[in-house]
Amino acid sequence: MTTTHAITTPAITTPAITTHDSEAPVTVADELLAPPRRHELLRLATAGSVDDGKSTLVGRLLYDTKSVLADQLDAVERVSRERGLDAADLALLTDGLRAEREQGITIDVAYRYFSTATRSYVLADTPGHVQYTRNMVTGASTAELALILIDARHGVVEQTRRHLAVTGLLGVRHVAVAVNKMDLVDWSQQRFDDIVAEFARHATRFGIEDVVAVPVSALFGDNVVDRSDRAAWYTGPTLLEHLEAVPVGTDPSAQPLRMPVQFVIRPQSAQHPDYRGYAGRLASGVVRPGDEVVVLPGGGRTTIAGIDRARADGSVESLDVAFAPQSVVLRLTDDIDVSRGDLIAAADEPSLTTRDLSGTVAVLSERPLRQRDRVLLRVGTRTVRALVDDIVDQLDIATMEQRTAPDGLALNAIGRVRIRLADDIAVDDYRALRRTGAFLLIDEADGSTLAAGMADAPDRNAGEGI
Amino acid sequence: MRVAHMTTTAARALPDEYTLDHLDHLESEAIHIFREVAGEFERPVILFSGGKDSVVMVHLALKAFAPAALPFTLLHVDTGHNFPEVLDYRDATVDRLGVRLVVAHVQDYIDDGRLRERPDGTRNPLQTVPLLDAIEAGKFDAVFGGGRRDEEKARAKERVFSLRDSFGAWDPRRQRPELWDLYNGKHAPGEHVRVFPLSNWTELDVWRYIEREEIALPDLYYAHEREVFGRDGMWLAPGEWGGPKTGEEVQTRTVRYRTVGDMSCTGAVDSDATDVAGVIIELAASRLTERGATRADDRMSEAAMEDRKKQGYF
Ligand SMILES: Nc1nc2c(ncn2[C@@H]2O[C@H](COP(=O)(O)OP(=O)(O)O)[C@@H](O)[C@H]2O)c(=O)[nH]1
Repeated sequence: MTTTHAITTPAITTPAITTHDSEAPVTVADELLAPPRRHELLRLATAGSVDDGKSTLVGRLLYDTKSVLADQLDAVERVSRERGLDAADLALLTDGLRAEREQGITIDVAYRYFSTATRSYVLADTPGHVQYTRNMVTGASTAELALILIDARHGVVEQTRRHLAVTGLLGVRHVAVAVNKMDLVDWSQQRFDDIVAEFARHATRFGIEDVVAVPVSALFGDNVVDRSDRAAWYTGPTLLEHLEAVPVGTDPSAQPLRMPVQFVIRPQSAQHPDYRGYAGRLASGVVRPGDEVVVLPGGGRTTIAGIDRARADGSVESLDVAFAPQSVVLRLTDDIDVSRGDLIAAADEPSLTTRDLSGTVAVLSERPLRQRDRVLLRVGTRTVRALVDDIVDQLDIATMEQRTAPDGLALNAIGRVRIRLADDIAVDDYRALRRTGAFLLIDEADGSTLAAGMADAPDRNAGEGI
Repeated sequence: MRVAHMTTTAARALPDEYTLDHLDHLESEAIHIFREVAGEFERPVILFSGGKDSVVMVHLALKAFAPAALPFTLLHVDTGHNFPEVLDYRDATVDRLGVRLVVAHVQDYIDDGRLRERPDGTRNPLQTVPLLDAIEAGKFDAVFGGGRRDEEKARAKERVFSLRDSFGAWDPRRQRPELWDLYNGKHAPGEHVRVFPLSNWTELDVWRYIEREEIALPDLYYAHEREVFGRDGMWLAPGEWGGPKTGEEVQTRTVRYRTVGDMSCTGAVDSDATDVAGVIIELAASRLTERGATRADDRMSEAAMEDRKKQGYF
């Protein structure tokens, strides 16, 4: 293999993407013309060590789904030529900022978009360096699926374990493993199976529910979008076929209602003199008029009088039901005090109300997090003053060992903390309810985001409940 | 061992009744962003040019606060070379909604010498100073822009809440990590936050949404006959801004615009698409990205957009 950079870039043709449940190939152009009634959205985050081929793989996904258009490709071909390559380096499609171009590394999360017959994809492209745990945490926070790359020659490495740990910690439910550069190991089934077996062992340890592994060559496009004939032994889906089929979303009916109140809608107009509604996006659950709810942290109980949403013409319609993640306006039966920062929750399954919070944080800023630090804590739409009571430990995510952290938690460190709050908050176990169990620690002085946090289950927060 | 598929049955599909279309996802996310800004900032403003992205933004903002009125001011930086039909559309929209519109005129700056016309006649780069002055004069602390991450490489890393210093500058290193849907809008006095509610939309999403919501756009987004001349592989409209030069031949063609900006650098494309459905079909078949096809100024260099952003451009 002499030309590792030479990507074969066939003339742009319309690739046929075969979906799982249909034999008929659906072309991207057809899809664009006739979208199905419900075209789903899948958010995914990538992770890989440097040189595993992540940029090439993402470039390949974009290219083979026809998301790269002629002028972008022209630019890539021009730059590739300037660098003395024979063919377009698809990795160039995905690195943006100049500093990164100069250093030849990716240093920040970038978002990419592509779509197929079945789904639209938002891909958080996160750099794989050890020091950039921060980026992976960021990308994974909104992802439903983590796409982890492994170089077939190297197998599962320490970085892979870190990626898995972050994936597990952030509650990403699905993992797709692209075992890349299979061309360099002669498409060895044994090699693939060994890697997958080891990966599976770690995945179980990090509590990841669903893993699918695909042998690919990003450089040559094998099994990324189009099926490869180089590995007859592999009968599973191509990477894209898997992305097309993996279930997205969480069934809202299986979770209790949570809606952080963002804004109080009071038109005070001639047409709506007494209208008062609470605008928000359902973080979880389902809501219907008549449902009993509790407004937290105050604890006032009431029922849902109505659920409103604007039509395209700006008029308002009342709904029989709303579910996460819809944005709606809730009207309540009783005239209780509700404002931004409150949480409307199912009365029979409310969040925990507390002034003492324990959880796991990932430090995102140059400023380390230390015991006794005074910060702001943001959860849902509520921001309260907070004091870092204790840094319980630091987690070595490569080994999952816990050690003490006498000097606090530095950038990219992950550890457990106990936080004392100046005011009550309503919070959930992150593992059960991601949106209302997530929090930020913010620097009071300059407003920067210091750390991302995931609240523990209430039993770990024992004794502080209402 | 064969573990191609290690899928457990834990993963099951969502019940149909609770499945959202991706446009519903994007709409809900954008509405959430508008409401966050209304809740966290004192004086938000929407950049409104009459261009399709800004029209979609206003549509979403109206939906976010109905039945109450739009709680935001609109701001337009008029380069002086805007398409007249777009300005008419802008004014009609403002009248219909009864909102406040602030207009900053690049021409005023050229007239009194604060800015100088560029040799190429392009006024897009000249918008930065009037924009920043208008933000400062209006004491606006949150400025909504219609930027999308799919538009351009440098934008792929843009945050939804993008912090700008008092010079409007964007420092990639100072941008805050954005997690979950917890947007951190904290800023110091004099700083402001640019907010991009359409961050996760693609051009096609915008058009599909325009179709679904039946949103009216300025007519020049649809195929019409127009006198144009060719330059740099684009059709430009002649006008006071300085085109055509000698040797550039004016001809009548059936064209439409994919973006509507400064006339000097916004090109039209040949098109038969007389309505939204037609545009979507053309777009599906199109091989050029929006910016590449129609914005001469982005072609100037690989890093053109990044440079302008650092100077406080949209
Ligand atoms: N042989 C082979 N080389 C690959 C493959 N994928 C990527 N590469 C090469 O591996 C190197 C690193 O790839 P790149 O995408 O830049 O890696 P990143 O650092 O993970 O983004 C480049 O030289 C690629 O051309 C593959 O499937 N097979």
